[in-house]
Amino acid sequence: MTPAPTTPPTESALPPEKTIAAWRILLRGAGAFLMLYIFCVWAAKGYHRGWSQNQVPVKQVDPITEIEFVTYEKRFVPGLDYLGGGLIAGSVIFAATFLGRRGPKPAQA
Amino acid sequence: MNTVLRTIAFAGFTIVSAVAAPKAYDFKDPKGVNAIQFTLDSVLEPIVGTASAVEGTVTFDPADVAATKGEIEVEASSLKVPNAKMTEHIIGAEWIDAGKHEDISFEFSKLESVKSIGEGKWSAVAAGKFTLKGVSKDVLVPVTLSHLEGAFGKRINKPELGGDLLVVRGEFTIQRGDFGIQPGKNEDKVAPAIQLTFALVGGAPKA
Repeated sequence: MTPAPTTPPTESALPPEKTIAAWRILLRGAGAFLMLYIFCVWAAKGYHRGWSQNQVPVKQVDPITEIEFVTYEKRFVPGLDYLGGGLIAGSVIFAATFLGRRGPKPAQA
Repeated sequence: MNTVLRTIAFAGFTIVSAVAAPKAYDFKDPKGVNAIQFTLDSVLEPIVGTASAVEGTVTFDPADVAATKGEIEVEASSLKVPNAKMTEHIIGAEWIDAGKHEDISFEFSKLESVKSIGEGKWSAVAAGKFTLKGVSKDVLVPVTLSHLEGAFGKRINKPELGGDLLVVRGEFTIQRGDFGIQPGKNEDKVAPAIQLTFALVGGAPKA
């Protein structure tokens, strides 16, 4: 007995190619970049584990009275609220790319 | 002879009185050093800020420290924390309400438990009325006083002026709820206790 000749599958019977829309890739990249950027800014400005500051207290001492007093310097120090907000925003953008994605089409008979 | 003796005695008494008389120390510091620091424990980290527009007068006599009395006022709108949004919130109507209650003050009429702790230094307890957000309460504030004789002029680079300085340091705690600041609210986020720390200098130029 000779084996039955195999016929090549028709195009319609092939499983659909796994493709990701370009906008999803872009958004995914943007989300990841945002999270990385926010983390780097937070880390570069001193890993401040408190609230963000936009006027930083600087301690000084009056030489005659020895009173320690505070003056404020205008500069931004990101805190955990900044880091958390950035990471959440980045994750939301990243996660949004998985919404509304259609599954593979069932193979036609 | 009698007249001469009387004149000398009178002059001596006048000089002694002038030297020993209580002096009024002005706490509106020309160098802007005076401030009251407040600390509230909160989520993430304690909220630490300052109130810097300090004014007031304290009458002090190193020969009779217990008789020291005076009033210190702080402009409520001068409260500041490192986060501008948080500052707005603190001086806003829900917290300090600086628009309506412009001053925070402490008035005392005597010092109790006065102890000398060094040359020109004393520790004591100031019993007085603390007013915040329009509510006055009796408080006891442990303080230390340092009398810096002749330092007033030296501090402003005019030593020829003479005059003295009085440095008052202290720390006390109040409950924000007692002064109508969010009583019983958000205590899991912002502690009900506010710690107040101060180091203030007052000047009395030579008369």
